[in-house]
Amino acid sequence: MTEKKIRVLVAKPGLDGHDRGAKVVARALRDAGMEVIYTGLRQTPEMIAEAALQEDVDVVGLSILSGAHMALAPRVLELLKANGQERVKVFLGGIVPDEDVPALKKMGVSGIYGPGASTEDIIREVRESVKG
Amino acid sequence: MTLSQSVRKGDRLALARLLTQVENDTLEGRAALAELFPQTGRAHLIGVTGAPGTGKSSLVNQLALHFRREGKRVAILAVDPSSPFTGGAVLGDRVRMRDLSGDAGVFIRSMATRGSLGGLAQTTAAMSQVFDAAGFDVILIETVGAGQSEVDIARLAHTTIVVEAPGLGDDIQAIKAGILEIADVLVVNKADRPGVENTERALKSMLELAHPTRHVFLHHGREMVVDAPVKAETKMWIPPILRTVATEGTGITELAAHVAAHAAHLRLSGDWAARERARLEAEMEALLVEALMTRFRAEVPNGGFESAVQKVHERTLSPWEAVQLLVNGRQE
Ligand code: B12
Ligand SMILES: Nc1nc2c(ncn2[C@@H]2O[C@H](COP(=O)(O)OP(=O)(O)OP(=O)(O)O)[C@@H](O)[C@H]2O)c(=O)[nH]1
Ligand SMILES: [Mg+2]
Repeated sequence: MTEKKIRVLVAKPGLDGHDRGAKVVARALRDAGMEVIYTGLRQTPEMIAEAALQEDVDVVGLSILSGAHMALAPRVLELLKANGQERVKVFLGGIVPDEDVPALKKMGVSGIYGPGASTEDIIREVRESVKG
Repeated sequence: MTLSQSVRKGDRLALARLLTQVENDTLEGRAALAELFPQTGRAHLIGVTGAPGTGKSSLVNQLALHFRREGKRVAILAVDPSSPFTGGAVLGDRVRMRDLSGDAGVFIRSMATRGSLGGLAQTTAAMSQVFDAAGFDVILIETVGAGQSEVDIARLAHTTIVVEAPGLGDDIQAIKAGILEIADVLVVNKADRPGVENTERALKSMLELAHPTRHVFLHHGREMVVDAPVKAETKMWIPPILRTVATEGTGITELAAHVAAHAAHLRLSGDWAARERARLEAEMEALLVEALMTRFRAEVPNGGFESAVQKVHERTLSPWEAVQLLVNGRQE
């Protein structure tokens, strides 16, 4: 049997239309051999958690450039846990001020990336999080 | 409680996890499938295929909404291609299915082809059996954007919908004979776009070529010829051509009615059972080949296969002679 595929849900919660970053990351993870489920713009945390469950993903990647990450990210974490998916790793990218990073990590966000983040770093850290 | 028992009880997380086991073809997945097998054979499997971008996902979304209004439970399997180079995939069909979120009567699963070339993945059939056993009434299967040879869906689905759309450049080049022949229902989607009449006309004339008055098909490997017209109740099914606008939901009620009529036709004519049987036969053949291969590999003396390959490579044996030697210990 082949090595188990890493499955990642890439979602854009909130109302902003900045989808370039999400698409760039989705493609980079695909090129790294992962199966990426892309759900598109304006997803509610409920929609994201539901999709994560149906797709039985290992990782949920959120792309938020609207500034609403402190409301959206914890809500997604909470819903994943409520669904029995506490093992799913959550990554966050977009515009996240440095001062918010410690709180987000404490809540359980595995990795946080801003403009210019290298996709190699993202790929490596996603792989490591799934292994560990 | 085992995974399959939880699935039967309606546990969605258990269902999702079992689908993963089955997709990865693990022993646990196979064992669970065996447990669930007696509960399968109830769902209506509907395939949706057609060239890339014709609106398959949007149509699946609309059909699912329609079946939900009829109170049916709906599962969706959406297949997208894996990259042949990296093995990775972006599965994007869910983008068009957001209307279905928040409904516990719907379950959407995306999957990558993982190297299969027929428009589906190796395990798509087994995944649909899981949904079937989990009690879903309708299973909608969206193939990869297909051109002409990706016709596996016709073997799996009871009813195959082929989707076409106007304005795909050289219109009819997009629908080659192969894919047209598998259609039980033909849809011209994007009927809000100019050129619908042309697409429809081209489909009609191709359909008349593909459906003469005699119908030849393979049954247990033998060719059977049915003369049309036959008795009224076993009348041959002629694929209807329907117009839809999936983004607005136009034409969906009619499409669903024809899909239901096709299911009724299959049951009345006995084709439902025949297709079911042919499918199970093919599945068993594939498993048998795999099992025999495994046994053969275990029994042939160490390196026997490799040294035979070497001889073939050196042109001292032909591939056929080498296989005769491996299987019989001598050449026939
Ligand atoms: C391009 C752009 C736009 C384009 C978007 C086009 C599109 N389809 O994406 C347009 C012109 C439409 C636009 C509009 C607006 N924008 Co604008 N936009 C930008 C800009 C200049 C670049 C964003 C971008 O595409 N970067 C390229 C991608 C590849 O980078 P990225 O998204 O950051 O992604 C990387 C990382 O963040 C991370 N990442 C991202 N997502 C994910 C996901 C995962 C899972 C992981 C692991 C990593 C990850 O990895 C990526 C690779 O390095 C930024 C400024 C900036 N420097 O970021 C402003 C910016 C995001 N926009 C901003 C604003 C305010 C707006 C508007 C509200 C402006 C207005 N008043 O109209 C509108 C909103 C429109 C809307 N509907 O939402 C602000 C946001 C402010 C904030 N959050 O506090 C910014 C930061 C500009 C600023 N400095 O004020 N914008
Ligand atoms: N004008 C118009 N656009 C449509 C219609 N149906 C779908 N579309 C649009 O066509 C594009 C492709 O639709 P999809 O449903 O993703 O098509 P698909 O066949 O599933 O695409 P692939 O899975 O990539 O092969 C989207 O932008 C849709 O919004 C329609 O009836 N009319
Ligand atoms: Mg699609």
